[in-house]
Amino acid sequence: MSSNTKIACKEIWKLYGSNPREFFEKNQRNPSDEAIKSEQYIPAVRNATFDVHEGEILVIMGLSGSGKSTLVRCLSRLVEPTWGKVEFDGIDLLQAPEKTLIEIRRHKMGMVFQNFALLPHRTVLQNIAFPLEVQGIDKATRESKAREIIEIVGLQGRDNYYPRELSGGQQQRVGIGRSLAVEPDIWFLDEPFSALDPLIRKEMQNEFIRLQSILGKTIVFITHDFDEAIKLADRIAIMYEGIIVQLGTAEELISNPATQYVEEFTRDIPRAKLLSVSSIMEPLSGTVSEHLSVFADDSIEKIARTVLAQESDVQVMDQQNQAVGMLRRQRLLETIFENSSEE
Amino acid sequence: MRLDRALLVLAPFSLLIIFKPWLPGWAITPPKSCLGGCADIDGMIPFVDWVNAAIVFLRKYEFFDAFTFRDITRSISGMVDSLLHFTEGLLHEGFADFGIGAIPWIALVGAAAIYGWYLRGWKLALLGSSCFLYLALFSKRGIWELSMQTLSAIAVSAPIAGLIGILVGILAAKRRTAERIIWPILNVLQSLPHFSYLIIVAIFFGVGSKAGVIATIVFAFPPMARLTLVGLQNIRSEVIEAGIMSGCSRMQMLFKVELPSARNELMLGVNQIIMQCLAMVVIASFIGQSGLGHDLLARLQRLAIGQALEVGVAVVFIAIALDRFSQAIANKQPTHLPEGTFWKRRPCLTTFIGFVAAILVLSPIAPFIAKFPEHLTISTSTFWDGIVDYITLHFYGPLANFRDALLVYFLIPFRSAITGIPWIAIIALVACLGWRMGGWRLALTVSLFVFFIAASGYWVRAMITLYMVLVSLMICAVFGIPIGIWASRREWSTRLMQNICDTFQTFPSFIYLLPVVMLFQISDVSAIFAIIIYASIPIVRYTIFGLRNVPQEIVEAAVTSGCTQNQMLWKVRLPMAFPEIILGLNQTLMFGLFMVMIAGFIGTVDLSQEIFRALTFNDGGKGLVIGLCVSFIGLTADRLLVAWSDRQKQEYGLA
Repeated sequence: MSSNTKIACKEIWKLYGSNPREFFEKNQRNPSDEAIKSEQYIPAVRNATFDVHEGEILVIMGLSGSGKSTLVRCLSRLVEPTWGKVEFDGIDLLQAPEKTLIEIRRHKMGMVFQNFALLPHRTVLQNIAFPLEVQGIDKATRESKAREIIEIVGLQGRDNYYPRELSGGQQQRVGIGRSLAVEPDIWFLDEPFSALDPLIRKEMQNEFIRLQSILGKTIVFITHDFDEAIKLADRIAIMYEGIIVQLGTAEELISNPATQYVEEFTRDIPRAKLLSVSSIMEPLSGTVSEHLSVFADDSIEKIARTVLAQESDVQVMDQQNQAVGMLRRQRLLETIFENSSEE
Repeated sequence: MRLDRALLVLAPFSLLIIFKPWLPGWAITPPKSCLGGCADIDGMIPFVDWVNAAIVFLRKYEFFDAFTFRDITRSISGMVDSLLHFTEGLLHEGFADFGIGAIPWIALVGAAAIYGWYLRGWKLALLGSSCFLYLALFSKRGIWELSMQTLSAIAVSAPIAGLIGILVGILAAKRRTAERIIWPILNVLQSLPHFSYLIIVAIFFGVGSKAGVIATIVFAFPPMARLTLVGLQNIRSEVIEAGIMSGCSRMQMLFKVELPSARNELMLGVNQIIMQCLAMVVIASFIGQSGLGHDLLARLQRLAIGQALEVGVAVVFIAIALDRFSQAIANKQPTHLPEGTFWKRRPCLTTFIGFVAAILVLSPIAPFIAKFPEHLTISTSTFWDGIVDYITLHFYGPLANFRDALLVYFLIPFRSAITGIPWIAIIALVACLGWRMGGWRLALTVSLFVFFIAASGYWVRAMITLYMVLVSLMICAVFGIPIGIWASRREWSTRLMQNICDTFQTFPSFIYLLPVVMLFQISDVSAIFAIIIYASIPIVRYTIFGLRNVPQEIVEAAVTSGCTQNQMLWKVRLPMAFPEIILGLNQTLMFGLFMVMIAGFIGTVDLSQEIFRALTFNDGGKGLVIGLCVSFIGLTADRLLVAWSDRQKQEYGLA
């Protein structure tokens, strides 16, 4: 386990059915698709192994029923995995007694839910102060803390409103505020913006980016929206039928999809925005423009217009201004129009 | 194809009826002695004797050689008695020892007005205050005192019943095994007739107001338990998860997350508890509960219809006020308070404090505050008597003819037909229906229910009960479904009909006997009319609900396909509403059963007459066994109809 690993998951399995544990052991802890199907088990998560690094945003992406929500619930033990190991700051969560778990949840974890999950009988202030209240923190302290958070999430003046008096976006701000009240080390967000209108969703995504730039939390973010994943993620894990089919940066997924499924997902994504010059550059050969050169880690979108205005191909430099390759105009065009060419 | 299968299900039943002349006697009416040949009991299996033996055993049993069951019942009734003293002191007797009087009438009128204003506005304020004003104004015959006795009994029984209900509900929600045991018991309890409770309570707790309160508590808690369970189970899993992730302990979870989140169901439960308590407190007058019910009963027994109606109107007023207030409490959603001074933030509370202060200051100098001035009180009974006399004078002949014709040409033939069906044919019928609707388990359950009735020795009377309920059910359906269809067509008529149903449903069932006795004196016809008025409510309500809740998209699809109004009704709305209409019939049947048992009071010869006899002779075994017979008639129908409705819903993909 490297020093900056926050959560380490090993071989997590979650099967639903009559007696999953026994079934799992009987099949040498690696049941096949056929066995699962024939004994009518539902595989929500299959053999998930991955780390969450400190300070990163790991997005788990998948369509509904892919097991992404179950997986994130295994990390906080809201769902008891059938098999596997979850280490959080070196503590084995699955072996931890109830008391330890409550302590960890009270101080180190925060979670935001798709449908907000606010308590309808409490005001904004009381909802945000709720996690502090169950810790037994006195009223004055917890309410002043909650007021700070209300400022951060931008709900000033709404302290005494009840959830039903707020719009969806505002309600989710309360949900976010509540999850931040205990200043958690790790922040789980389960499709936090999926229940919102597209415009509000975009606004909240930007708000989220702003918050993260202040807070710098370790984040596990669930979504079914690939655009959202690309916008927010440091790394993306794509799930399909309970299996993590690929885990990597957006660029890795697009330039090197592991399966047909990943490729289909990434097909409609505008490459120019995500791919860097280095992913399509070629070794130096032939003539290049003498007027222009580009950096290897520039995004294609950024340089496309100027490069295409040139008569010839251009040279690619690294940060030290050393030539590392060349970029052909033909290849650039192909990359930009790749999405539409297949239709 | 469908018809063929339906015929197949009915085949054993039909065959048994056709071959009735060749059936042995024991297959037609259940034998009156047990199969072993032992004599002197009423049925095949001596359930009554068993229950009575159990009661005797319980009364004598000593727990840990220290205290008897009777000690327990005595201490419970002692507690209830002191609570009752307290509320009666508050509401009408005052506390002589401390020199404190009862809450003055004007305080109740004012408090109802302010609270109504706070909850919903001036309409509710007007309703609440005019209710108490009516009671004060028409108090010539002691209606104010009687009402306060009734209210104090409710004030004791409703909170206790609520608490028990919540505790039972929590237990059932938290432990699966507890749920499996509690749920069927609640089903039986909720379908036992009022009088079974009264008999059992009278045996253990004697008679009088405290026994009445205890019977009321036992009668009223099951709906609360059920709603608590449903409320706790329906909380969205995300909310529970939010509680867990906030680090709640078990107790924090229950009190800070789960119970508040189930608020809507719990508040609905509060409404139901209050209404059940009112209904039961009125009926508990049969075991000596004082209050409006007692007076009503006495006047009815003397056939003083005019006076009885006066009391009945008071009960109706209280019922409507209690219902509207508890509903308003349930629907009151928390809202953030405006900024500003105390008066601005809480205007109602401030008004109330001012009002109480004014009364405290003024009551020594103005005696009319404490007691409504006697010379201003009015009695309406002469007015009601006038109406009754008028009806008797001008309508007695035609009404009597109508009644007799109905009896001779319809009711009596129908009754003979029903009571003539061999009991094994009925078992065959419910078993086949059960098998068709829900498989062999359902078939077994309902057959056992029916077998219990056959074995208990009350078969013939049960069949008479069934006949009355079926006749009423048919009439209810014939009138109720068209009324529901008519009402559902327009917005205003829907609202009107829902209001009428809401209002009528709040009246304690006992009240419905008054007008029918006035019109038809005492006979099967009066009983059936009382049942029809009372039991029509659910069928109308469910028909409207089913018709109006057809998904909008389907309606639009039908409109764009070019449906006329009639086609829409017959080809779209009615088929889609069919499962709900079945549920409505089910409810109508349950209401009908309850009413049949109460109608026994005005003289019918079915199970209810037996239960009144059991009440007179304090025969607990008989009371419970007959109660169970009624309950099992209800549960058999309920199981079959609900299963049928579920099947239909599944077929339409509505479930």
